[in-house]
Amino acid sequence: MADSENIVVETAEKIFADLADVQGVTSDKAGAWKAPLWQALAEAGLSLSWVSEECGGAGASLADGFGVLGAAGRFAIAVPLAETMLAGWLLAQAKISSPEGEMTVAPASPRDRIALHSDGTLSGRARSVPFAKAAKHVAVLASGADGWSIALVDAAKLRIEAGLNLANDNSDTVTFDHVAPIAIKPAPKGFDQTALMLMGGVVRSLQIAGALESMLEISVRYSNERVAFEKKISKFQAVQHNLARLAGESAAALAAATSAADTVGDNASFDDDAVFLEAVAAKIRCAEAAEKGSAIAHQVHGAIGFTIEHILHRYSLRALSWRDDFGSESYWAVELGKRVAARGADELWPLVASR
Amino acid sequence: MTAALRFDPIRLPPKCEELRKEVRAFLAEEIAAGTFSPFKPNREDTDVPAFCRKVGERGWIGMTWPKKYGGHERSFLERYVVTEEMRVANAPTRRFFVADRQSGPVLLKYAPEHIKMDILPRICAGELCFSIGMSEPNSGSDLFAAKTKATKTDGGWLINGTKIWTSSAHIADYMIALFRTSPPTKENRRHGLTQFLVKMKQPGIKVNPIGQITGQFEFNEVVFTDHFIPDDHVLGEIDGAWKQATSELAYERSGPERFLETYYVLTELVRAVGNNPDTRSAEGIGRLVAQVHTMRRMSVSVAGMLHAGKEPVVEAAIVKDIGTVWEQQLPHRVRELAAFVEEDIGNRETLEKQLSFAIKTAPKLTIQGGTTEVLRGIIARGLGLR
Repeated sequence: MADSENIVVETAEKIFADLADVQGVTSDKAGAWKAPLWQALAEAGLSLSWVSEECGGAGASLADGFGVLGAAGRFAIAVPLAETMLAGWLLAQAKISSPEGEMTVAPASPRDRIALHSDGTLSGRARSVPFAKAAKHVAVLASGADGWSIALVDAAKLRIEAGLNLANDNSDTVTFDHVAPIAIKPAPKGFDQTALMLMGGVVRSLQIAGALESMLEISVRYSNERVAFEKKISKFQAVQHNLARLAGESAAALAAATSAADTVGDNASFDDDAVFLEAVAAKIRCAEAAEKGSAIAHQVHGAIGFTIEHILHRYSLRALSWRDDFGSESYWAVELGKRVAARGADELWPLVASR
Repeated sequence: MTAALRFDPIRLPPKCEELRKEVRAFLAEEIAAGTFSPFKPNREDTDVPAFCRKVGERGWIGMTWPKKYGGHERSFLERYVVTEEMRVANAPTRRFFVADRQSGPVLLKYAPEHIKMDILPRICAGELCFSIGMSEPNSGSDLFAAKTKATKTDGGWLINGTKIWTSSAHIADYMIALFRTSPPTKENRRHGLTQFLVKMKQPGIKVNPIGQITGQFEFNEVVFTDHFIPDDHVLGEIDGAWKQATSELAYERSGPERFLETYYVLTELVRAVGNNPDTRSAEGIGRLVAQVHTMRRMSVSVAGMLHAGKEPVVEAAIVKDIGTVWEQQLPHRVRELAAFVEEDIGNRETLEKQLSFAIKTAPKLTIQGGTTEVLRGIIARGLGLR
């Protein structure tokens, strides 16, 4: 993605830099930064990037939206921007207009199910739904007797038990008990919960890759400032080699995530082995990179990076948390392994080489 | 940003896929004819001159070089496809691969015209094998400590000294070597080395095979005693080799051969677990496939940047660093995952032989062509740490 030449991404980066400066956000215990940031993102149309103009959105391309999410990762953005974008995208699959305000999606895990009853109401429980507490509406994928449906639900109608992820962002349990949706339509042919999870996984992969880029940047900067044993720690070969490994993990995450985003942006369907490989590989590899990369970033920073006042945890804990959303790397590795095995040994290389 | 690494999602263009089909069909014919076995990974023991000439006839050596030197003026991305298909098939490419990847491009840049006209077409025809004379008994990663001496004499140079760990020197027709023409200066310890084209199998050159832990005799000690090299075999600036060594390295570091060296054990593991694997095998395979896919996407991205005329030096070093570490660990991961496969699976013997060879091969992967430590130093420099 040519971020620097992209007006949508530039707009997002400017808003993030002005209203979500990581140092400022880290010092603001009351969270006063959240409302103005959200307002600016909504006014710029970024929260509904993937919703067409006739459905109430900004009508940006998938690629532009993915670029915004990479930037959101680089700034460790902790308002429901990604979730609202994903919800708007899900609703748009069924041509349901998006309302104003924060949204999220349910389910957010491949193992939870929301059921559509014959009377048109929804029941079920979705765990680890990001920012459900902050959402005014929830975009829902539900399975009924006639297949998959997409629904818009008023969050006030749901029972939401607050939970927190590693980074203290809301990750909540949402219970649907015969809830009547505001709007509900059949999902397009071939669209199922795997499609939603894959798209959510690509979103999280881009955010993780962005967070790793920033962890690399601040770790390099810190190593060039911090002095120990009478020299900058960046001059110690052991530290240099750790940072080179962090660069490798950051690079792998970036390559996997942007490749998956490029693939999803080019394909209408998720029901394809190549799209599955790209999306799932990104989630697996970015999650692995989050673990290895954040460990090195913390090692370089020493004790200061372990403090609540320092900005590092905003990136590291979010990257580690994002691994869990829309299917963990373990879940997807099993699914990918099964698919590879079912295709057979001699079909593995042709699949890899097709990308 | 201090460290803006780029890995854009570059794809191989459609004409590469037609080429891929041609290469696969060719390799399938050669396998059917018994030229080589895709299940036998010890490619380096297999020297098949006839196969190399056939690859040359197909136009797959020197693909990117000018037509007037026997090349084919095709893109670097097309070469990428040929390289990866040959590697995955375990094709016996050793006789031409070094010339194709490294030696040819050096000659194109620095050799006099009559030498280019003489040698490059024969490389393209698959007739010549090259080796690289860099390491010496007391200089490995520290290239600029080389001591083997070139002394000026009438019409040329006399070479005295020893190169070591020189792959394929025992079958090579030529070597491109670094020799010392002047002592280093106080200001520049890299000064004083010159690149030469050495014709092998000549008086004053003795090649002594060195056994490796794999049981192969693939590298050598090469002893020069008053070996004469004519003036027109000097490649580039006298005493200035240090200025010449860098630009091709990005190609050398980021190709598919930097993460596919032990790939065959993954294919064989998938065969061993069958179509309905247990959860442990499925997860293990899924992770490895995600990792190799990511490596390949990084490598193709660097190839695309090189093709576009960019110089992704740090990105290329990253590909070789994490690619070689990955291919080194792969046989060990496959061994763990294969621990519970059924006793009577059809490919048990193949898998066990492959694992044994791959585990013994693994240590060299992060040493040859630039150690992990050297690569991480290059990455660190790119990050602004040195």
